[in-house]
Order: sequence, then C-alpha cells, then structure tokens
Amino acid sequence: MSSNDVAIAGVGMHPWGKWGKNFVEYGVVAARAALADAGIAWTDVDLIVGGETVRNGYGGYVAGATFAQALGWNGARVATSYAACATGAQALDTARARILAGLSEVALVVGADTTPKGFLAPNAGERWDDPDWLRFRLLGMTNPGYFALYARRRMDLYGATQADFAEVKVKNAKHGLSNPNARYRKEVSAADVLGSAIVSDPLHLLDICATSDGAAAVVLCSVEYARKHGLSDVRIKAIATVTPTFPNTVMDMPNLSTDSSATLGVPERTFKESIGDAAYEEAGISPDDVDVAEVYDLSTALELDWIEDLSLCKRGEAEQLLRAGDTTIGGRIPVNPSGGLACFGEAVPAQALAQVCELTWQLRGQAAGRQVEGARVGITANQGLFGHGSSVVVAR
Amino acid sequence: MTASTPAIEGWFTTSAEPALIGSQCTTCTTVFFPRTQGFCRNPACNGDEFTDTELSRRGRVWSYTDAQYQPPPPYIRASDPYVPFALAAVELPEGLVVLGQVADGFGVDDLKVGDEMELVVETLYSDEAGDHTIWRWRPTTGASA
Repeated sequence: MSSNDVAIAGVGMHPWGKWGKNFVEYGVVAARAALADAGIAWTDVDLIVGGETVRNGYGGYVAGATFAQALGWNGARVATSYAACATGAQALDTARARILAGLSEVALVVGADTTPKGFLAPNAGERWDDPDWLRFRLLGMTNPGYFALYARRRMDLYGATQADFAEVKVKNAKHGLSNPNARYRKEVSAADVLGSAIVSDPLHLLDICATSDGAAAVVLCSVEYARKHGLSDVRIKAIATVTPTFPNTVMDMPNLSTDSSATLGVPERTFKESIGDAAYEEAGISPDDVDVAEVYDLSTALELDWIEDLSLCKRGEAEQLLRAGDTTIGGRIPVNPSGGLACFGEAVPAQALAQVCELTWQLRGQAAGRQVEGARVGITANQGLFGHGSSVVVAR
Repeated sequence: MTASTPAIEGWFTTSAEPALIGSQCTTCTTVFFPRTQGFCRNPACNGDEFTDTELSRRGRVWSYTDAQYQPPPPYIRASDPYVPFALAAVELPEGLVVLGQVADGFGVDDLKVGDEMELVVETLYSDEAGDHTIWRWRPTTGASA
C-alpha cells in the first residue's frame, strides 16, 4: 500500500435543496453526520478545513473558522480553501497534506453553500479588469453559454444529438431516485428534456444543472489512526489539483479567449485530460481499474466530455457507451450513480466533497437503491473557474 | 447623429476593416488577447514588454451557441423587449480562440464548427451617451443578413 494514502473515516451530508437557511447550519449538520459516521468526537479533531463560499458574507470567506465556531471552539488548527467547483477537493488536499506530514491526525473537511436562484452572476460593482464581469457586460456570456459551446462541439465533431444529451439526464434522474440527499428524485423522460425550453442552444433547461443549497463533510485520518481504531478501510489514493499547462487552448469559463498556441504548439493533453491523468498517476492505477465515476455534469453533455477526459473511453465515443447502457448502474462503468448534479444541483464548495461521500458509500456497499455492485475503485472529476479542477481517487 | 464609442476602450479598432488589438511579447512573440501588460504568461519566457498588434480579422468557428434568456447584469440589453443573440468562439490564425457575439441577423442555424467568420463592429447597447460598440463575428458566407 502506498505511503501517501489517507483514510476516509467518515462522510456526511445535508440534503441538497432550496432550504432558505444559513450555510453554516447546513455545514454543521453535514459535519456532525460525518463525525457520527466515523465514530470520532469533534473534540478529537485537530484540523478543520472549510470550503469557502463567496456569496455568504465574511463568514463564508473564513468558512473553516465559521464552522469551527459553530461546532464549538476546540482549539483545532484551521484552514479555508477556495478553488471554485474544485474547492472541496482542494480543502481535502490541504487536510491530506498535514496528515501525511504527520502534523495532524484527524481532520474534518466541510463545504456548504446557500445559492441564489437562476443564472450565477458575478458579484456587484464595476470591475473592468475582471473577466468574470466583462464576459457578462461585453458578451452576455452566461455559464450555460460555455456549457453549450462544449455540447455543440460534440454534435458537430462526433455526431452527438440532443437526444443523446437527454438520455444522460434520463439515466441520472433514474440513478438519483432513491438517494436521500438528492434534491430532485423524479423520473425524467427524454421527451421532458427535449420539450423543455432551450436556454443556450443546443442545451435545454433540463440539460443544465440547477443551483442548490447543501453541505458535505469528510473526516480524514492517518491510515495508522484508522487501523488503531478499527475505522473504515476506504482510502484516498490520489487528489489531483493540477493547473493547466501553457498554452491552454480550450475555451474556459469565464475567459473571453484562450492562450495562443502559435509559439509553443498545442499541448499533448487538454487541461481536463491532465487532471485525470495526474490522479491516475498519483494513485498508480489505470482507467481500466475504475469501477465507478462521479463527474461534474454541470450539463448533460459535459458528462460525456468527462468520460473521455478521464480516458474511460476514446475521444468521441462517450455516446456509444451511453447508448449501450455502459454508464448506467449495472453497466461496465457506471457514471454518476448518485444522480450527479442533475439530481443535486450545484452547491459549489460542497460539490467536490459530495462526490467523495458518494464514492465512499459506494465502496462500502452502503449506497442503498443505487449500489454499484463490488465497486472497489472510484474516481471523481470536476473543473472550476480560473484554472482550477480536481480529481480524487478513492479505493478500498 | 448619436455618438458611437467602443463599449470598452482599446480592445478593437473601429475603422472600415476593424480588428481586435492584442499584445505581442517582444521577447518570445507570443500573442495575447485581451491586451496584457506586465509579464509574459509563456512560462518559458521572462519577457515584460509588449507591442500592440492587430489580430487577423478572419478565423474559423470553434463552437457557437446563443442566449435565449436575457443574461443577468452587468449585461445591458440592446432592446426592450430582449431579443436573443448568438455567440461564437472563433479560432484565429494566431492560434487563439476569441469569443464574441454573432453579428445582427445571424443565428445558430447559420453556423457550423469550422466555418469562416469575419470581425465586424456593431452596437452592443445604447444609452443617453450614444451607441456603445463591440466586436462581433459575422459568417463570410451567411444565408441571411
């Protein structure tokens, strides 16, 4: 066993939804659930890492301390991470690093959010040097606009159809039906998706994930601590938080342009491909070893991109996997057994942790109603703004 | 006649054949858009001087979409009621992809990945100060106009 493993002692979530409460309350519910799952007292935690939320005032900026105070000051070390959609993974990586360095034994990682309705818009104020502000002012370019660019490329380059995208939603809706933490637990038909309004061509409203309130928490400890206390044998094998390599030639949210490849040439791997590759390399496994994947389906079409970015099939072949049922529970490589963002909606700082919670339940055989039988190795993937992204490999 | 000014200063020219203005590193020749200053972002280059350079006016569609719903502020709608518009990401010979709205009169049905597009300058929105212009992409072989 690699010396870079850390143990997942416990996981917990607050159900996703629109609850209208403060993010701290969600975070504490998830944290207490994870601690109870681990059988570890909060007073035994020596490090807390919070996932920052940027839409909840100062308490959100110092989320680690905010959660620590809400749980009751216990003198633990504190850190707060922000990496957009990869926030939770970066927070997890911070905890892992201290544990592997021998500086911490038990760490609690928490992400929680309360999100506004509708399009995610930039913070208020005029910011002429901020691409996230300029893309709205100069172009009216929304998040779904970027998702739609990727979706359209799949159609024009690989022959994907809007019906394929709809089938991703149908599959994920089915997966999430009995997930107690999912916000949407209702079957969706392809006709429902294709009959919903087009937001950004070719994507319909039901192709695009909502924004939600929610929280997820993970208790990490050293492998020695887990053995000594007879805790779960689920291990984190890798956390990839690589940045892109120049030139980044794929149009990324929220940018108005890409880097130029004129002087250095187009890189061998795209940014998203490099995230998965780094995770496989760190874990010492290959894509063939993966039993289950939780990927960031901000849109239905993005799930298909991720399947290829993680090398679970060749470029342009994800629709074939989908159509063959390979990515459905019971298939060769089930993707988003939790129901994914399609059933959860996005709660930014909690989402990468929620992926790890799901894989932990899957690997323990506790994913009632959505279990991937015999799963021993799982991988997550997500991409955030400004060159952030992450992939976590979990195994037992 | 109302005044016509760019919605953002120094990003594009407004002559009869308008062009985006990029920055070229005087050390490694890498081109950047939007314009940049300070330090070259090529990790192998220590350059810190740039010259303005006009980018190619024509490129190929990398991908495209539209905005069927009015985007949130700071977007300012061009008309009341809101009229949806198309967007295109266009790959230029300089090796970079630049987003832009698609010229008035063209929609997603007029576009295909790989199609040639040409830069034009049109009105983004108008207010009491006059028209505020922006760069846009127009198909060179459009079906409508």
